[in-house]
Amino acid sequence: MIVQVNEQAVETTTGITILDLLKQLDLTTRHIAVEVNLNIVPFESHSNTILRDGDQLEVVTLVGGG
Amino acid sequence: MGTVAANDLDGVAMEDSLLKIGPFELNSRLIVGSGRYENAAMMRQALDFSGSDCITVAIRRERLHDAHGDNLLDHIDSDQTILLPNTAGCYSAKDAVRVANLGREILRALGNPGADWVKLECLGDSRTLLPDPISTLEATKILVADGFHVLCYTTDDPVIARRLKQAGAAAVMPAGSPIGSGQGILNPNNIRIILEYLKNEDPEYPVIVDAGIGTASDVAQAMELGADGVLLNTAIAHARHPLVMATAMRHAMLAGRQAFLAGRIPKRLYAAASSPMEGVIATHPFPRNETK
Repeated sequence: MIVQVNEQAVETTTGITILDLLKQLDLTTRHIAVEVNLNIVPFESHSNTILRDGDQLEVVTLVGGG
Repeated sequence: MGTVAANDLDGVAMEDSLLKIGPFELNSRLIVGSGRYENAAMMRQALDFSGSDCITVAIRRERLHDAHGDNLLDHIDSDQTILLPNTAGCYSAKDAVRVANLGREILRALGNPGADWVKLECLGDSRTLLPDPISTLEATKILVADGFHVLCYTTDDPVIARRLKQAGAAAVMPAGSPIGSGQGILNPNNIRIILEYLKNEDPEYPVIVDAGIGTASDVAQAMELGADGVLLNTAIAHARHPLVMATAMRHAMLAGRQAFLAGRIPKRLYAAASSPMEGVIATHPFPRNETK
């Protein structure tokens, strides 16, 4: 199936969890927050939240700013 | 009078309280940004030299193809520092609220106390980066209802400053001049009026001058006016010698704050001699017309 991550199409396994998708993208050691279809999914739920085809994800982190 | 543990000024210093914003207590009244540094090592050192224990950060999309680069938090000791996430770059209340919640989630996962506050930036114009007062007020109300302690970046307009405080802002942060412009405090009288309005019967209410700082004297000026703190970024990050400027800013903060606490003399139109007139050896060339 295909999900959108930060407006880019990502091919992944049907029924994948957020945590496994983050592993696939090599993002697990980063300090991030994840939104699925505009709803924040708390980090505690990444391992048991199953993604669906067409889900729109935002993965954000901290950068320098004033 | 006594010495203040948090500074290294020689001689006596006025006892000072910590800067309190909502439930947060900061040792330094200087809040510094982490943006626009030439490299992460320079940033880390500059933040150290500034003496600040509160650092602003921005929230941005993670890069999917180059995620192996440094993460900001590899260079900030987030156990020793309170992170202040901002909503920089947002042009609507909706976006600002969304970004604030994303920042909260990142900081919550980190266990950083900064999860509960936000520097709200709702811009209205991309050239001046001036805030949109209406969407700033709207976002403030939503975020306060969501349990955030909201630090509102705003213009130096006393009326909107008062509205933001009434809406529940934990601190109001008027700009000295446009973000990154280095013009210092363009309208000190407005800052004075904001301080008077917001601190009337509420002297502890924090007012922080945010944006526009160009050099150390701007920090001292803000503090001498009676501001509770200063938030700056570019003035250090883009100085020719950021580490020296960071040190200068720390000293300016202490100097300005201590001068405020010490109480400046009133300004007067005419001179007042420092040396006694009695016993002076001089002839007076003009008729004496000063009032007695």
